[in-house]
Amino acid sequence: MTPEDIEHLAATLKARSGLILGSDKTYLIESRLSPVARREGFANVSALLSALRTKRDEKLMASVTDAMTTNETFFFRDKAPFDQFKSDILPALAKARLSGDLKVWCAACSTGQEPYSLAMLMDEAKPQFPRINLDILATDISDRCLEKAQAGLYTQFEVQRGLPITMMVKHFEKVDEMWRISPKLRSSIRFKKLNLLEDLRSVGRQDVIYCRNVLIYFDIETKKRVLEQMATLLADDGCLFLGAAETVLGITDAFKPMPGMRGLYIKNAASAQTGARRTA
Amino acid sequence: MKTCLVVDDSRVIRKVARRILENLQFEVAEANDGAEALKSCKEKMPAAILLDWNMPVMDGITFLRALRKEDGGKAPIVVFCTTENDLAHITEALTEGASEYIMKPFDGEILEAKFSEVGLL
Ligand SMILES: C[S@@+](CC[C@H](N)C(=O)[O-])C[C@H]1O[C@@H](n2cnc3c(N)ncnc32)[C@H](O)[C@@H]1O
Repeated sequence: MTPEDIEHLAATLKARSGLILGSDKTYLIESRLSPVARREGFANVSALLSALRTKRDEKLMASVTDAMTTNETFFFRDKAPFDQFKSDILPALAKARLSGDLKVWCAACSTGQEPYSLAMLMDEAKPQFPRINLDILATDISDRCLEKAQAGLYTQFEVQRGLPITMMVKHFEKVDEMWRISPKLRSSIRFKKLNLLEDLRSVGRQDVIYCRNVLIYFDIETKKRVLEQMATLLADDGCLFLGAAETVLGITDAFKPMPGMRGLYIKNAASAQTGARRTA
Repeated sequence: MKTCLVVDDSRVIRKVARRILENLQFEVAEANDGAEALKSCKEKMPAAILLDWNMPVMDGITFLRALRKEDGGKAPIVVFCTTENDLAHITEALTEGASEYIMKPFDGEILEAKFSEVGLL
């Protein structure tokens, strides 16, 4: 791998997905791109990188970008963002809306564990909120991830990460050595490919946004642009969840943290009557 | 310190489980099968039991039924840890009063997550 190849890769990734590669990532590049090199018939990663530089092959750029994303996720990750949704956000928004759709957007859903966790929570809460329908939109830049999310098919290892056994028994069936989530939950989520670097207006109004563990890969300008677009999409009494290592502080004042609820943010200009705030 | 009884006929599995559990600040006792486990519980009820299904002499589910009839036998939190990984076995375990269920192979992360799920951590 020449420094020029790596520089070109870094520029490609930043332009296409916002990913900041950082220095000394040779090992990461090697391990993530070896399978792509093999699949696409290159002798090694170096050969793949120089082809990427000289050929501008759209399909190749897309697979490389996809392969370089970090897709780590699991059911009910960090717990609190789901507990808070169930105990505070959902009751507050249900009270404010009385009936109809509550719109939730998982903005970097990876292989689907985050939206499915929400769908399972809603299934449990349904008797309490019979007139509320949770409309979950789950998006990601990665075709590979979306395909898996849509199939709802997980390994034994994946269904044991974060998923209580009673929920597994209730919502999954065993298919050979894999576990498949029920058609009912699968059909309750709209999966769609979406790059957060694009104009996000097509997403439409949302009540709750989960944007967790994706902004960490972006530079500050990109974080700011994404967050400010999300603020315009979010209902005034809605809220935003970020990952445990992420914040809005020092990036934008479109949002402010909810005191006492880690990872939870509300719109700064939101009126005092907001549903999320009422629960504070 | 809470105690956890590890019931498994494989010495290797008991050793692996012991190491993980000791790191989680448990005092660990071991039993080779359900009958040994029952004897151990009669002497001293543990807070938690990590329980294999298939074992010689007395299997895990038979042990669990017997345990629940003992004095104080409703108290221990039971987590199955077995290669049996079909819904029929899992449902039976939950019906008999197991709180969680680990499908082998497992690692420290899974065990820790399951133990915290049932409030043992
Ligand atoms: C670490 S996962 C987070 C999954 C889940 N939100 C969680 O917290 O467990 C990050 C995801 O962000 C996606 N991603 C990266 N860049 C993106 C972009 N520009 N637009 C949309 N999604 C992107 C990746 O494909 C990956 O699936």
